[in-house]
Amino acid sequence: MNFKKLSLVAAGFAVAVTGIAATKVMAAGEVFLPLLVYRTGPYAPNGIPNANGIRDYMTMINKRDGGINGVKIAWEECDTKYNTKIGVECYERLKNNGEKGAVVVNPYSTGITYQLIPKAPVDKIPIHSMGYGRTAAGDGTVFKWAFTAPTSYWSQATTFIKYVGEQEGGMDKLKDKKIALVYHNSAYGKEPISTLELLSKKFGYDLKLLAVDHPGQEQKSTWLQVRRYKPDYIFIWGWGVMNQVAIKEAAAINFPMDHFIGVWWSGSENDVIPAGDAAKGYKAATFHATGTDFGVHQDILKYVYDGNLAKAKENHWGEVLYNRGIINSVYNTEAIRTAMGKYGNKPIGGEEVRWGMENLDLTAAKLEKLGLKGYMNPHKITCEDHEGGGPVTFQQWTGSEWKIVSKWYTPMYDIVRGQIKKAAAAYAKENNITPRDCSKEG
Amino acid sequence: MFYRETGQFKTTYNADQAIFPIAQDRWFVTAVILVAYLIVPFYATEYLLQAVLIPMLIFTIAALGLNILTGYAGLLSLGTGAFMAMGAYSAYKITTAFPDLNIIIVFLLSGLSAAAVGIMFGIPSLRIKGFYLAVATFAAQFFLLWMFNKVAWWVNYSPSGTITAPPREMFGHMMTGPTATPETRYFLVLTFCVVFAFIAKNLVRGRIGRHWMAIRDMDIAAEIIGIRLLPNKLLAFAISSFYCGVAGALLVFSYLGSAETEAFDIVVSFDVLFMVIIGGLGSILGSFLGAAFIWLTPIILTNVPHLVGLEMATDVQKHIEIMIFGSLIVIFVIFEPAGLARLWSIGKEKLRRWPFPY
Repeated sequence: MNFKKLSLVAAGFAVAVTGIAATKVMAAGEVFLPLLVYRTGPYAPNGIPNANGIRDYMTMINKRDGGINGVKIAWEECDTKYNTKIGVECYERLKNNGEKGAVVVNPYSTGITYQLIPKAPVDKIPIHSMGYGRTAAGDGTVFKWAFTAPTSYWSQATTFIKYVGEQEGGMDKLKDKKIALVYHNSAYGKEPISTLELLSKKFGYDLKLLAVDHPGQEQKSTWLQVRRYKPDYIFIWGWGVMNQVAIKEAAAINFPMDHFIGVWWSGSENDVIPAGDAAKGYKAATFHATGTDFGVHQDILKYVYDGNLAKAKENHWGEVLYNRGIINSVYNTEAIRTAMGKYGNKPIGGEEVRWGMENLDLTAAKLEKLGLKGYMNPHKITCEDHEGGGPVTFQQWTGSEWKIVSKWYTPMYDIVRGQIKKAAAAYAKENNITPRDCSKEG
Repeated sequence: MFYRETGQFKTTYNADQAIFPIAQDRWFVTAVILVAYLIVPFYATEYLLQAVLIPMLIFTIAALGLNILTGYAGLLSLGTGAFMAMGAYSAYKITTAFPDLNIIIVFLLSGLSAAAVGIMFGIPSLRIKGFYLAVATFAAQFFLLWMFNKVAWWVNYSPSGTITAPPREMFGHMMTGPTATPETRYFLVLTFCVVFAFIAKNLVRGRIGRHWMAIRDMDIAAEIIGIRLLPNKLLAFAISSFYCGVAGALLVFSYLGSAETEAFDIVVSFDVLFMVIIGGLGSILGSFLGAAFIWLTPIILTNVPHLVGLEMATDVQKHIEIMIFGSLIVIFVIFEPAGLARLWSIGKEKLRRWPFPY
């Protein structure tokens, strides 16, 4: 490389660096949402439908209603590859975009959520980790800026036990049953352990913990242990490729599929289709309905895809994770709408939206108006309770689609709440946070 | 012409043995340090400090550490991520056990614990070399991360297995934790980086560094002229792991804020190794250049389409970024296998002869 080329490269580098320092997107009359998505990387097959659902709902709101109360929603995606370091870089890059900065962030990775929670009160940007993240954040007195609505891993774990108890014909029948938990060896996968251990003391079942290391393609030794242990039920707390491998392995040892239950992140089309017929009968938890028979889906089809069903399907319209993306968007937009009820129909910032999130009350009437009747449950967030303990239901893979096969189970919320309080208090102590008094909040 | 040492006479041995014997180098380094301390923090945006410079400096420290081991002592290691994790988890344990202990001391102690582990995994280096040693250090990567995942004591029995940097204060300023400003974090990391770079520079041009280089170039010859292999190799492992340990602690305390073992997985080890290889094996400057290249290039590539107003789908943009980054690495390695540091010295040569190049 000669000197001329060298100096050219150096100059290019310098220009780019100064350019980054100066970059800032300005938009007038809009609320800005930073979208941390992962359309690339090892978990992309899950990240894409999810990101599309979030995006399409907002596009639809902008086109159908002209935004939220007339204020358009603006957003920018940043690809995290599901990597926490890139996630933090994305967050830092996007947090000050828009007129009033980011109003709410959905980290879409338990690891990134853990990193953003301490930053949220400083940056004044609320975090909503819907069905993932740090369960203890459900305690609003300590985690003022973090929300886990509508339900959390711990709540979900209790509904698993309720469901299994009912399948067996009563909670007393759980005694001496054997349950194995196959989990992703990360903060995410470890979340249900303490709850399941607590409940095993209460109901007398035996619990076996089997960790699978990231990314989870190699599980032979795990399933050897499963075979030796001969569990009555297997719960799986997996993500990405780990799920399909686990389903194949379970089929290989002839484990009855309807006794194999996944967390809501282990129950999408991506998890069962690669396993083929073996996956038939496999169950997973969920906190929303399946399918496309709802007003919101029809509106998205009409406004986003101009009625082009093939194109919508290509964008994963109606898949489990796409549907979850829609719900996430509903929480975001309704929190903004609630905040506008107090602060006026203008572009608002993170502080106002935090209030909106905290005072969010999705009543049945509101949901019906949004075209979400029967799709998700009415939900209310309060200052104290940032989770709300929303109900969980179970879906089963028929070989071609996911079908809801159970009633809605409310979590054993008193138990979960006690655990959340305890964990939040420990966090508060470690980080010198004084819990706020919710009776004084307006 | 721009870069000529003509007329710079050395009249003492001290002057001849200075770190930067050439005046221009001295000025340049001083200027860079002054800019880094006095200008950057006051003009840089929060994003630039928090998401670009701080992690870059932290990875520079890790690259310095690996460069001592691989570039100077010739011992190939793939355990960098593990040694960084060791530093991070030790720092967490130490600072939660002794909350009043000064955070700088915590970092240094965590570096020492990483050094101890480094020595342990360095013992096989007396018998095995090259790729075989890389495989042995690979074991450290798997073993240590497995341990941090498995043994709940390391995370103070937190159910999620995550460590969080608690707030720690020094001189009335928050140094770590969420309320620490990006500026203080930057000063802390920059100071570590500058001090460690000077120590490394002095180490490698002194007796110890010469031992290492002799071992690297031919260990049998080194042994014959009286260099004891075991202590020197273990010392290289210790110092290298110390650097990596402090870098790991800083990564959690000054950058990420909270982490699980995933933050230190094998990809980190490879990244730091690429920094050293692309920057230049056996060069302190190379560690800086390599870390800057590996950390900054993807960030620049992500930002460029936005800067020029190009609207692109997120995934397309990310894939283009990965492709360009990959080809840049290939191009650099083909055109300058000795690393960016070598490009730098070529540049200096050219500057010296300008305007009459040959």
